[in-house]
Amino acid sequence: MSTLMQFLVYGLQLGSVYALLALGYTMVYGIVGMINFAHGDFLMIGALGTFFLAQAFSSFAVNGTYSGLIVALILFTAMVGTGLIGVGVEAIAYKPLRNRPKMSALITAVGVSMFLENFPRALPFIGPSPRSFPMLFPTKRFQIQGVMISTTQIIMIVLSLVFMFILYNVVNRTKIGSQMRACSMDKDAAQLMGININRVISITFFIGAALAAASGIFYASIYPQVDVYMGGWLGTKSFIAAVIGGIGDIRGAMLGGFIMGITEILATSVNSNLGYAIGFVILILILLFKPAGIMGKLTIDKV
Amino acid sequence: MKPLIRKLLPILGVVALYYLIMYLKSIKVMNPYHIQVLMFAGVNIMMTISLNIVNGFTGQFCIGHAGFMSLGAYGASIVTTMIFGGFSVAPNLRIPVFLLGLLAGGLVAGAVGLLIGIPTLKLKGDYLAIVTLAFGEIVRATLRLIEPIGAARGMIGIPPYTNFAWVLFFVVLTLIVARNFIYSKHGRACIAIRDNEIAADAMGINTTKYKIISFVFAAFIAGVAGGLYAHIMSFIQPDTFSFVKSSDLLVYLYAGGTGSLTGSVLGGLLLTVLPEALRTFGNLVNWRIVIYAVTLVIIMLYRPLGLCGGKELPLLKINRKHLYEKSIFSKKSVHPSETPN
Repeated sequence: MSTLMQFLVYGLQLGSVYALLALGYTMVYGIVGMINFAHGDFLMIGALGTFFLAQAFSSFAVNGTYSGLIVALILFTAMVGTGLIGVGVEAIAYKPLRNRPKMSALITAVGVSMFLENFPRALPFIGPSPRSFPMLFPTKRFQIQGVMISTTQIIMIVLSLVFMFILYNVVNRTKIGSQMRACSMDKDAAQLMGININRVISITFFIGAALAAASGIFYASIYPQVDVYMGGWLGTKSFIAAVIGGIGDIRGAMLGGFIMGITEILATSVNSNLGYAIGFVILILILLFKPAGIMGKLTIDKV
Repeated sequence: MKPLIRKLLPILGVVALYYLIMYLKSIKVMNPYHIQVLMFAGVNIMMTISLNIVNGFTGQFCIGHAGFMSLGAYGASIVTTMIFGGFSVAPNLRIPVFLLGLLAGGLVAGAVGLLIGIPTLKLKGDYLAIVTLAFGEIVRATLRLIEPIGAARGMIGIPPYTNFAWVLFFVVLTLIVARNFIYSKHGRACIAIRDNEIAADAMGINTTKYKIISFVFAAFIAGVAGGLYAHIMSFIQPDTFSFVKSSDLLVYLYAGGTGSLTGSVLGGLLLTVLPEALRTFGNLVNWRIVIYAVTLVIIMLYRPLGLCGGKELPLLKINRKHLYEKSIFSKKSVHPSETPN
């Protein structure tokens, strides 16, 4: 029982990474209608950026640990920076393709993803070699009825829940949120109602990339290694989480993320290859029986 | 006489190309490495054509095509290594065994294509894309689990039977078969599905059936290409055929141009040779993929159909006038594009 609980803790921590990343996929898909394949790389930028920020602030660290205020500052800077990069990517690469067929946007996204991975790799001061991530969060461990939990795990699970709560309320209760929802329902009609679509899309990308940066920092805090390719398969998996939950739906992304995380940890405990494949198997099963995902609504093509 | 010449000319051209390259090799202008790059280019051209049939001509969206390639590679390698390992094969039977292996690879990929196509091709657009992505990754993860074929370490000791002549032969064969498919009744049905699925359905085209036909056909070609690849490298491992490979293929296809066989040949050839050529410029090594990525984005922004999207060399086209000559409505019907305004 305690082993199962232990796996559940690991599942929750991985699931929160997936969920935060899946939110970005789902928001961009809901509003722009494209799959942003480069989204996983925002995670990498966030994590790598945090690594360099932490290095820059290393004079403030005492024995390799940072005070809470500095950590908050680093987190905030990394998230905002990544968010701005997300806005920039959208403006340069995706905006001109907005009214073109979906395929061109998708291929562009693949290209952007290749660029974001290989540009830092080509820069001499970053390069392809993995680096060990600094300890930003306190790592005190304690045991509750045989289940080991570290403060890092608690902080990241709680923080990601807080982020999701904030996002959910922003989308459902604020003016910009209702503009987003209007855009996702009908972009043209929203424009006619006086909504500045470009602004809404920019903000969507900003939020998505910032959340991706947060998930990157969390991921690097539990598996303390960062390199330029880390975003690739994490992105793919979170994307699948978003689809499982029902792409375009925010609650679905959170649910899908946690489902993915927990099943992956449970399956990995059986066999590591199974852990890798289980997400894809679940995906195919869910799409076959509920083609729009758990929470998604199926749209019908009208002529 | 004239049609005969027209038919023979491309074949002569291919033979001439083969002897030109062999000549360049014999006078040491091209070394074995160059030939190998050309062979990889050939395999990539086949894969791109295969992907083009699904993505470019039928308008579906497969982003896990490397999965079929790996199935073909493993299928072919298992057959050839088993036969060559288990029996002493007479020298004059080696090539037929190799071809049998390629056929087996193609059939395995095609059969799995059918198996996965029937339930999933009901899905549309993005969802289909995701399922194919998942399919590719499941194939990879499964191959990593199977111990007799080397699991994650991969398969070694595959007889290196693929040479330049075979690659050229299969590329030309693929081009001919693909061209004839596209301009057949079935191919036109596929194009109709791409252009407007609902309208095609309303016109009585069995859309699911044609989607499956094009999917299985493409999977078969991909399987053969995978078999060729395995017999060039004589070593394969599941991770070679990851999503990276699939996205490379997508890049070849979309840079070259969708819905155009010429584009597939151009995309597969240029984008395989170009990175190898950039490799020789010492400082550029690290920037290679960056240049690649930027080029791709620029092509998509300014030429969204790819370099030759929708256009075709006359060689790879069937004179469409033939299709209209048998018209029952008028004796002399013309192609719509030739009607005077």
